[in-house]
Amino acid sequence: MGREAPQQTPPSPQHQQQQQVSFTVEQLVAVNPYNPDILPDLESYVNEQVSSQTYSLDANLCLLRLYQFEPERMSTQIVARILVKALMAMPAPDFSLCLFLIPERVQMEEQFKTLIVLSHYLETGRFSQFWDEASKNRHILEAVPGFEQAVQAYAVHVLSLTYQKVPRSVLAEAINLEGISLDKFLEHHVANSGWVLEKGHGKGQLIVLPRNEFNHPELKKSTDDGIPLDHVARIFPILG
Amino acid sequence: MAAYDYDEPSATHRPASSDAPSQEPGYDPNHVPDSVKSFVVHLYRHIREKNVYEIHQMYETSFQGISERLFKDTPWPSVDAVAHHVDNDHVFCLLYREMWFRHLYARLQPTLKQRIDSWDNYCSLFQVVLHGVVNMQLPNQWLWDMVDEFVYQFQSFCQYRAKMKNKTEQEIALLRQFDQAWNVYGVLNFLQALVEKSAIIQILEHEKEGLEQFTATDGYDYSGGSNVLKVLGYFSMVGLLRVHCLLGDYHTGLKCLQPIDITQQGVYTSVIGSHITTIYHYGFANLMLRRYVEAIREFNKILLYIYKTKQYHQKSPQYEQILKKNEQMYALLAISLSLCPQVKLVEETVNSQLREKYGEKMIRMQRYDDEAFAIYDELFSYACPKFITPSAPSFEEPLVNYNQICDAYRLQLKLFLYEVKQQQLLSGVRTFLKVYSSISLGNLAKYMEVDESKLRTILLTYKHKTHAVDTDGKTISNADVDFYMNDDWVYVVDSKPPKRYGDYFLRQIVKLEGAINDLDRIKLD
Repeated sequence: MGREAPQQTPPSPQHQQQQQVSFTVEQLVAVNPYNPDILPDLESYVNEQVSSQTYSLDANLCLLRLYQFEPERMSTQIVARILVKALMAMPAPDFSLCLFLIPERVQMEEQFKTLIVLSHYLETGRFSQFWDEASKNRHILEAVPGFEQAVQAYAVHVLSLTYQKVPRSVLAEAINLEGISLDKFLEHHVANSGWVLEKGHGKGQLIVLPRNEFNHPELKKSTDDGIPLDHVARIFPILG
Repeated sequence: MAAYDYDEPSATHRPASSDAPSQEPGYDPNHVPDSVKSFVVHLYRHIREKNVYEIHQMYETSFQGISERLFKDTPWPSVDAVAHHVDNDHVFCLLYREMWFRHLYARLQPTLKQRIDSWDNYCSLFQVVLHGVVNMQLPNQWLWDMVDEFVYQFQSFCQYRAKMKNKTEQEIALLRQFDQAWNVYGVLNFLQALVEKSAIIQILEHEKEGLEQFTATDGYDYSGGSNVLKVLGYFSMVGLLRVHCLLGDYHTGLKCLQPIDITQQGVYTSVIGSHITTIYHYGFANLMLRRYVEAIREFNKILLYIYKTKQYHQKSPQYEQILKKNEQMYALLAISLSLCPQVKLVEETVNSQLREKYGEKMIRMQRYDDEAFAIYDELFSYACPKFITPSAPSFEEPLVNYNQICDAYRLQLKLFLYEVKQQQLLSGVRTFLKVYSSISLGNLAKYMEVDESKLRTILLTYKHKTHAVDTDGKTISNADVDFYMNDDWVYVVDSKPPKRYGDYFLRQIVKLEGAINDLDRIKLD
């Protein structure tokens, strides 16, 4: 057989030329998921996500993948930012998804150890420990705007899965607010998210959280009651 | 950790020596026995005539038979020796070499040179499929094997390369010279190019709207066209899932598989190897993403399927591989069910097999003590994919005992066990929730021997860990027992299994129709 040249280049990623036209980074990732050339774009996109308070898991995983393929190009500063953004995406498992791609020796660095501890507290519902630890590491977290709010949103999410009525003190601890700032937070949610404040039995306020199928199981639509169309379709010939 | 073998065990026997040249002294690559000549001549003819049935017979049966008789420990004759029997057909020669290398990998230890040559052959073959005019119709089994073997050889290469300890200078020089061979970008881009060029995603979309047929014909083209690019593109999606799992990128892996609706039969179920590979990796990725219910559901389905059909595969060259993956998936099911005890999702047959294999271990896993973690470790190590490090090790310091493969596997294991640890208190909660319909926080804390604020965090953890976020960002409950709280009271949700009236009525309607038909047939005089 006519032997080809010993080394054939793999197919270059398609659509490369179109890249020059202004594509968003997400589109870049979609058409070039395995192209080392987009690494700098992805790095600046991480910074853009930080400053504009946006988030793209796919773009960040793509970048971590490129780092995995070419460890010498890895920027630990960028990795740290990706991890902070991933923490902010809780309850989604993004933080673990990122860790799966980051070599263990990198994870041993101090700043990453801290982030892993923070993630551990969030994963196990230990909010007061989380906020303690976070206050000791402001330099890592304050670099990313919106961090506190994102964690508060996660706390509210888990509390809403759990409680119909949550004691004010429990909420306060979870979102790390007290006094006037807590009142303001509550006011905002009463006005916008349907929260109701109620007097508790002698020991402080209760907050009635909005009903959902997880804290009010009777709301759960029983999907098991339904019959998939294709099952019904099987008896069409009989019915016809 | 002990159960994790760093070398991929092959379907068949593979010798242990790593550096010995694979060619047996008596092997003459230019000697073509008559049966080989007849094999290539007929295979070539059937391919030209697009006789898929005959191709499949020769591929599955004759190739194995001849290998077993004549090439048990030697490679097949070289392609140059057979080329003139098949008009020196370029594409046929590429296909022949693909089989030649596959046979070599399965029965002998490939040398570095051979690994590189095999990569080179895949490049040529895929280039022809991507950019040439391929007018063949090949059996799905063969096309699946190509993608499967391509990914396997990549994985095998990464493992080979990672062991720098006993590389000769010659080998290191070759590795440097051919640094593009089995390069991770190359591998991923080939698979991606096959997916894109085949337009398989659009084809599957069109099929949903009834505009095109693909699944209905098992991917074959009965209007004179070729199925090769389309089906290779289709299987490449499964290949991408697998490569991403090997890299620890579970999210991206599942995304690659998304165009295939795995709740339905499809071309991926037409080949047992593809069916198993798809579900094994799909389930594993979901397990790592904490979507336990999804993992349990799919493991259950495939294990039941294997249980019912395995007798038909006894003669298949994949039989050992099927059994191995079967065992591994039972281990993964045991892990999933230990973290998320939804036994009602598991079919009776599967459940009794599971109890037989892992019943005793599963009871111990519930205890979440050191011994339990050791079992999680053992089952994970036994059943996980062979993780790889995609980047080349440092060639400058080859003498450092530097085992990347270990690193890749250890990281995934460590993160998995970390997750298990985070869930260790949940089984205690479960036990109590099962026996109460409501209980005060104070009492529950007393029974569990923790203080109230600790108990609140455990209950939040339970909620968080049992409620996964799916691909659309929707919260889905994996909870076997659920509860809600009102101030300081915990109310357990009564989880009676819903009665399935729908299916019952459907069955009765069919039965009645059958009875009426029977009655109609009876003529009364």
